[in-house]
Amino acid sequence: MAIIATEELGKDYHLGPHTVHALRGISVSIEPGEFVAVMGPSGSGKSTFMNLLGCLDRPSAGRYWLDGQDVARLSRDQLATVRNAKIGFVFQMFNLLPRTSALENVELPLLYGGISSRERRQRGRARLQAVGLADREHHHPSQLSGGQQQRVAIARALVNDPAVILADEPTGNLDTRTSVEILALLQRLNRQGLTIVLVTHEPDIANYASRRLVFRDGRLRTDDHAEPLDAVEALKSLPEEDEAVA
Amino acid sequence: MLLQALRIALRSLKVNKLRTALTMLGIMIGVAAVIAMVSVGAGAQARVAEQIQSLGSNLIIVLSGSSNAAGVRLGQGSQTTITEDDASAIAREVPLVQVAAPSSRGNAQVVYGNLNWSTGIQGVTADYFEARDWPVEVGRPVLQEDVDGATKVALLGQTTALNLFGDADPIGQIIRIKKVPFTVVGLLSRKGQSSWGQDQDDVILIPLSTAKKKVLGVSQANARSVGSISIKIRPDEDMAEAETQIRALLRQRHRLQPYQDDDFWLRNLSEVLQTQEESSKVMTYLLAAIASVSLLVGGIGIMNIMLVSVTERTREIGLRMAVGARSRDILTQFLVEAVTLSLIGGVIGIALGIGGSNAISALAEWRTVLAPSAIVLAFGFAAAIGIFFGFYPARKASRLDPIEALRYE
Repeated sequence: MAIIATEELGKDYHLGPHTVHALRGISVSIEPGEFVAVMGPSGSGKSTFMNLLGCLDRPSAGRYWLDGQDVARLSRDQLATVRNAKIGFVFQMFNLLPRTSALENVELPLLYGGISSRERRQRGRARLQAVGLADREHHHPSQLSGGQQQRVAIARALVNDPAVILADEPTGNLDTRTSVEILALLQRLNRQGLTIVLVTHEPDIANYASRRLVFRDGRLRTDDHAEPLDAVEALKSLPEEDEAVA
Repeated sequence: MLLQALRIALRSLKVNKLRTALTMLGIMIGVAAVIAMVSVGAGAQARVAEQIQSLGSNLIIVLSGSSNAAGVRLGQGSQTTITEDDASAIAREVPLVQVAAPSSRGNAQVVYGNLNWSTGIQGVTADYFEARDWPVEVGRPVLQEDVDGATKVALLGQTTALNLFGDADPIGQIIRIKKVPFTVVGLLSRKGQSSWGQDQDDVILIPLSTAKKKVLGVSQANARSVGSISIKIRPDEDMAEAETQIRALLRQRHRLQPYQDDDFWLRNLSEVLQTQEESSKVMTYLLAAIASVSLLVGGIGIMNIMLVSVTERTREIGLRMAVGARSRDILTQFLVEAVTLSLIGGVIGIALGIGGSNAISALAEWRTVLAPSAIVLAFGFAAAIGIFFGFYPARKASRLDPIEALRYE
């Protein structure tokens, strides 16, 4: 069964007398364990699509099943509960809480899931370890490098064992080497069975995904599968930095 | 969840220490002002209440009525219509009455050595001291034996003693009232001014019988007549009811027909002071109201800062929503922050208010009374202001669109 299935999904925005069709009739199915890159120029509708996939917004038309649940017509608070249980977000700007330790940042989604503090701590630590930052749990975001901050954000996205990870330009604020390192991490998680949808406008980044969805003018133009590049291999060809990000 | 919200609130308040302190200052000043002002007002009230106590708060005085001789009406007390027997009848037959003491008053020149002084001479019985709540400071009061035997003993008020004896001890000395020698057996405690400014300590008390025989003279019409009766009503009894019963008894004893006016006057002295007490109460409310305005301004300060905080933390709100915070969670978080702000300010304000109240009483020598109810009220008011002024910013935060909030720069 598909993790994500949309049927004629559409989104209109009303700007005064004009109606903007940001998204028109998108029907897509994403299976468990896929690594999908969503591409397209700005204004193509890829951001709108991601907002709908992320249950941050409701579609104007069509249907959307997330992990078998019809979520197209849920209320604001119901969507919040679905986001909490089913989706892990990774943002371009990391969006970590300032002056808050890495561990507490990772625990944040569990706070809204009503998990006991002991279990929060335990799961938070496990996820930080999974992204290789076990020794940084008490560091604040300002004490971490960009790559480390994005790893904390990925740990946060993983902490609720979501059905899918939605990454919105996760490497947009990182240098090339760190970007590939983050992609290596995502590929590793993907091989462990995690479904990942990644938004990017850089074809280089999209090459690490196994499937590409290209949007243009609110429609899905291309949907093709390709053999992905291996980020670990790619790292070997990149010049070593002075200090490798752990 | 609430505990969690409290932790988040404390952390975000710690981040901007100066801003937090300044915002709290508004609430602190407001709460402190309410407490200090109410304590000043309560102090004034307590002073009035004490005056009532010193007068005898449950005192009714019966005075002789006016006479009407061939259509010419003379003033109050011009006719001696009430008697010692009225006094004992009141004490005996009205159960609300604790004690009823007859007395007669006149003025006389008093001589001690080469000093002399004109003062009020009050002929009293042993009950007078209880009726007037007027203890003897040194020596002894007038006793029943003094009244029975018409002994020539006198008690001096503080003012009289000062004018005749200065600092010397008057006890055992002989003074002359209308050339009659009296032995001073006691000095009365200080009573102070009456509510209409009369010096109550400018007086000499002597036995009623002696007063009639030797000093004030006996009324031609009735040898038993007296000028007034001081009646003390039992504690916590209804003064108005007691007055009604006393009036009925006296009318009956004086054989007055329903169409006739009273031939006596009933005075309830506490009425005057109760009016004063009312006005000082109004003053307390007024002071509290003025102080509350500053509390209100403090609340607006909280709202202002919370609105700034919501704007500043838009991305944080967006993130919390993205990872699963419901509107209610965000609302709680910001509401708890506002209430925490106002409650911490409130606690400090209470401390400041108590300190301020003590400072006022110490520096201005102005009596203040710290009412626990005022403290509880001010604290509750601070919490209510936190909720009231925190609600709008918190609701604004909880209604943000997560997509917009996440993108906010």
